[in-house]
Amino acid sequence: MKMMKKTAICTIENSKIVLNNNIIFEIPTENFSDFAKEVYKSLALNYPKFHKMDNLSKLAFLASEMILKDEDHSRTALVFANRSSSLDTDFKYQESINSQENYFPSPAIFVYTLPNICVGEISIKHKMQTENAFFVLDEFDEQFLNDYSEQILQSGKADKVLCGWVELYQESYNAFVYLLTL
Amino acid sequence: MRKEVYITDYNCVTPLGFDVSSNWNALLEGKSGVALHKIIENQEPFYASMIDSEKLNEEFNKDFDNQNFTRLEKMFLLSLKPLVEKHQISDETAFILSTTKGNISLLKNQKTLPEGVFLSSLAQKIADFFGFKTKPIVVSNACVSGVMAIAVAKNMIQAGKYKDAFVIAGDEISEFVISGFNSFQAIGTEICKPYDKNRDGINIGEATAAVYITLERNQNGKFSFKVLGDSAINDANHISGPSRTGDGLFASIKNAMTEANIQTEKIDFISAHGTATIYNDEMEAIAFSRMELQNIPLNSMKAYYGHCLGASGLLESIISMESALNNTLIPSKNFEETGTSQPLNIIKENQPAEIKYILKTASGFGGCNAAIVLEKC
Repeated sequence: MKMMKKTAICTIENSKIVLNNNIIFEIPTENFSDFAKEVYKSLALNYPKFHKMDNLSKLAFLASEMILKDEDHSRTALVFANRSSSLDTDFKYQESINSQENYFPSPAIFVYTLPNICVGEISIKHKMQTENAFFVLDEFDEQFLNDYSEQILQSGKADKVLCGWVELYQESYNAFVYLLTL
Repeated sequence: MRKEVYITDYNCVTPLGFDVSSNWNALLEGKSGVALHKIIENQEPFYASMIDSEKLNEEFNKDFDNQNFTRLEKMFLLSLKPLVEKHQISDETAFILSTTKGNISLLKNQKTLPEGVFLSSLAQKIADFFGFKTKPIVVSNACVSGVMAIAVAKNMIQAGKYKDAFVIAGDEISEFVISGFNSFQAIGTEICKPYDKNRDGINIGEATAAVYITLERNQNGKFSFKVLGDSAINDANHISGPSRTGDGLFASIKNAMTEANIQTEKIDFISAHGTATIYNDEMEAIAFSRMELQNIPLNSMKAYYGHCLGASGLLESIISMESALNNTLIPSKNFEETGTSQPLNIIKENQPAEIKYILKTASGFGGCNAAIVLEKC
């Protein structure tokens, strides 16, 4: 069996994006939404759908953009995981239905109350009709993600796997996203 | 040569019964768990498939002393207990839990997150109760989670990471989920009618289901179902609207069949998703037709159980295996008149059939789809 290789790594935390050990963006802000907006502007992403995404999707999307770029990813699977699922948006949605006086459930928010939506957003951007999975784990477990990705590669269901830990709740976030091949 | 992986035991907890045989008998009689329930204060009742809480507590109290469990956790414990009693948990036994929203009802009127809403905490609580030794794996992939959980178990066992796995899936009805689907105007005004011309939306349901998956085929005449192939392909089209081409479902079925190494005409029965929304059922019909599966007998279980979200795929897999064991196809309840652009062979009444190969599919928000192929051994 061939060994798996990690060919690119992107991390996002503390308002800083690092791609393959190079800092490619940094801005002094405590606020994730501001950070995401600045990244979008500065990297000229030109993808209006970005502004409709919830913060978890924005985080996963930005980290993936750095790695996927404009290359062909029609055979790249997506395997993502985190700890807080979609609780950041779940909490906001719950606030919109807590009181009968202020009862405004919104479909645009409700749709983001699933953690795998961020995988859908990445798939849509890169037209990736490929294997995808989302797991919720109590902590980042690279071994598990690699094991799961490896069997996708070994079975021939994909040629590459974009793997990632994308954790976000309110202002606390970190992304560790990487590309695997055989 | 890849290892062969088998489902050798299962159980479920639904409004139609607290074990498989009571569910099967209710299905043979055409009973539905769906009824009008008042779920949100000051709002009209919704059609939903809901477990009677008093009955649940009664069943739970028979078997368990500890009362420190949420309603959903009680459903999980009841579904898993009979399997844990029959199959030993070792250091190489995986515990996989599939859910979309877990204990989301704990979030109501909270200022901070209660520990119980974390899906990994929910899984760990169940794992600790039964003494699982490996770290729980939670699959949360919208409405395909239950089907995908079987695939995850199969793949991780084949990769040599585990020897066997207990897979459980569950979701409960909550104001959170009902209000959300209602905001999408996706909830039906009566018991849902999958694939029918007059379908007008889903019923939300609740259930838990559990299966035991292992390398060891059952001996002495007891059943085994081999998990032959699986795939889960994204539509890459829209985060909430089903694809108009059925691309993702088509590719999921195609890949699963390729891995299973069987031809489409070999499939004896399709347990489809069939939520009874206009666009989902149409998408499925297109995908099945593109795969040339339009003549294979097919049903949706949603008019019996509603849409049980993360539980539906596992529950419906269990019912389809039960169908194969009983050599009986169960009708797609409430279907009367073709309501999709591509016709399907929808089962209209209980009928005897030899069922060896089963195709189970699901689709969900985020553009996800999943398919598995099972073989009765």
